[in-house]
Amino acid sequence: MSEAFMGSGRLPSAFMSPGTSSFVDFLNQVSPDRLPNLADLPSNGSPAHLTPEATTIVAMVFPGGVVLAGDRRATSGNVIANRDMDKLFRTDEFSAVAIAGAAGIGIELARLFQVELEHYEKREGRPLSLEGKANRLATMIRSNLGLAMQGFVVVPLLVGYDTARGEGRIFSYDPVGGRYEEHRYHSIGSGSTYARGALKKLYRDDLTETDAALVALQALYDAADDDSATGGPDLHRKIYPLVDVITEDGHRRMSSEEVESLAETVVAGRSERPDGPTAPVR
Amino acid sequence: MPFYVSPEQIMKDKADYARKGIARGRSAVVLQYDGGILFVADNMSRTLHKISELYDRVAFAAVGRYNEFENLRLAGVRFADMHGYTYDRSDVTGQMLANAYAQTLGAVFTESNKPWEVEIVVGEVGDTPDTDQIYRITFDGSVVDEHDFLAMGGSAERVTAALRERYVKNASLTEALQVAVHGLAHENGERRELQATSLEVAVLERSRPHRKFRRIQGDRLVRMLEQANAAVEETAPQTPDDGGATDGV
Repeated sequence: MSEAFMGSGRLPSAFMSPGTSSFVDFLNQVSPDRLPNLADLPSNGSPAHLTPEATTIVAMVFPGGVVLAGDRRATSGNVIANRDMDKLFRTDEFSAVAIAGAAGIGIELARLFQVELEHYEKREGRPLSLEGKANRLATMIRSNLGLAMQGFVVVPLLVGYDTARGEGRIFSYDPVGGRYEEHRYHSIGSGSTYARGALKKLYRDDLTETDAALVALQALYDAADDDSATGGPDLHRKIYPLVDVITEDGHRRMSSEEVESLAETVVAGRSERPDGPTAPVR
Repeated sequence: MPFYVSPEQIMKDKADYARKGIARGRSAVVLQYDGGILFVADNMSRTLHKISELYDRVAFAAVGRYNEFENLRLAGVRFADMHGYTYDRSDVTGQMLANAYAQTLGAVFTESNKPWEVEIVVGEVGDTPDTDQIYRITFDGSVVDEHDFLAMGGSAERVTAALRERYVKNASLTEALQVAVHGLAHENGERRELQATSLEVAVLERSRPHRKFRRIQGDRLVRMLEQANAAVEETAPQTPDDGGATDGV
């Protein structure tokens, strides 16, 4: 169909029919081969080395917004496949998605989700509610279930600023598309257990944007400290974690200088006290 | 009962029909300013848009029959999103969309009895004013590559003449808006006061990250119109203190 379209130059009738507001549904109808739908994947053999795995992501809300941070490492077995990977995706003005799990599929999913949100917004003249975005992502993960059963597990973390409520929110997912709203903070990926411990101790309800970013870096440092698949701040190569902030003013990626200075604070602190800042006993 | 009508006559009748349909509606104008491309439409509705985003750098403006141009807008959004998803975001261009629209309108015009009563503009903001692209596509599928400013719909000639009086290259956004409103006020030969509530205004802003399209509405539009009016009342070419004072026009 798309070939015929490219030939004549005229927009085919499927494009001109009112149809759906969903880009995924539309593409499924006119050109399903372009979707990352790998239903016919051979079911034998191990998928372990087909795509690198991506790791620790942390997110937390602060008064007026939400912070999302991710390390940069991708691993393939015990090999570091990539040192400066970007696992955070700005999906629209007020939301972002981070991925853990099979990198190749996760990146495609994030890209498709981004188009899905924009497409809806352009068609309808208004963006989806944050709740609507969260539900849409759940459906998209569920359609990936066959792949997950074969070992290509992708778990995203969705964060956004809810313009109706005036606050940041965090949604986590399981591989079946189960959707869970997280309060205050959350972490996903292989190093998440360690990151969550750090978040639990350092999180406060009244963090500023910068302090929230600092807490996120502390948590990522702890994750990298104990999980070999999570990369810590690489001072020599100047590769630092990525930090996205979403507030009333929209999505902003912290500049590398900002993150660099925060990361240096964290690393300097660790040279004094390798296990990091402590929380009061009572 | 067959009878003969020459192809010329058929085409002429169709074109007259489409022109009349378009002339019944109110106008829209598109003009370049120092920071991008400005779209202004005379539109009473706050929800039924004549101006819309197609893709990151590309916007759409139309006059004529709503259901027909809405159909084209929708197809353009789908086309752009599909192309951008298949290849890369930077591969979606205004020229490509203009061509798709031209082919579509051309085919409708020749193949069906009723031509579409629409005229549309596809604008793409570039990295510099020289690389901005503005394409006007008419009901029969012809495409014109425009520069500086253009008007379409209603009494486009009068509006164009009014725009020509005041248009200056590299004007600030406020100045450009003032020129646009001045132009639209000349529709049907009458001089009307255009309020914020009857204007649909949007820009493709060169300096904006990610998606360049932005609507200007509500209080911000009211404030900009007040500034623009104040600037006119001063009449003297001294630049007003509205932040657009650095333009060396």
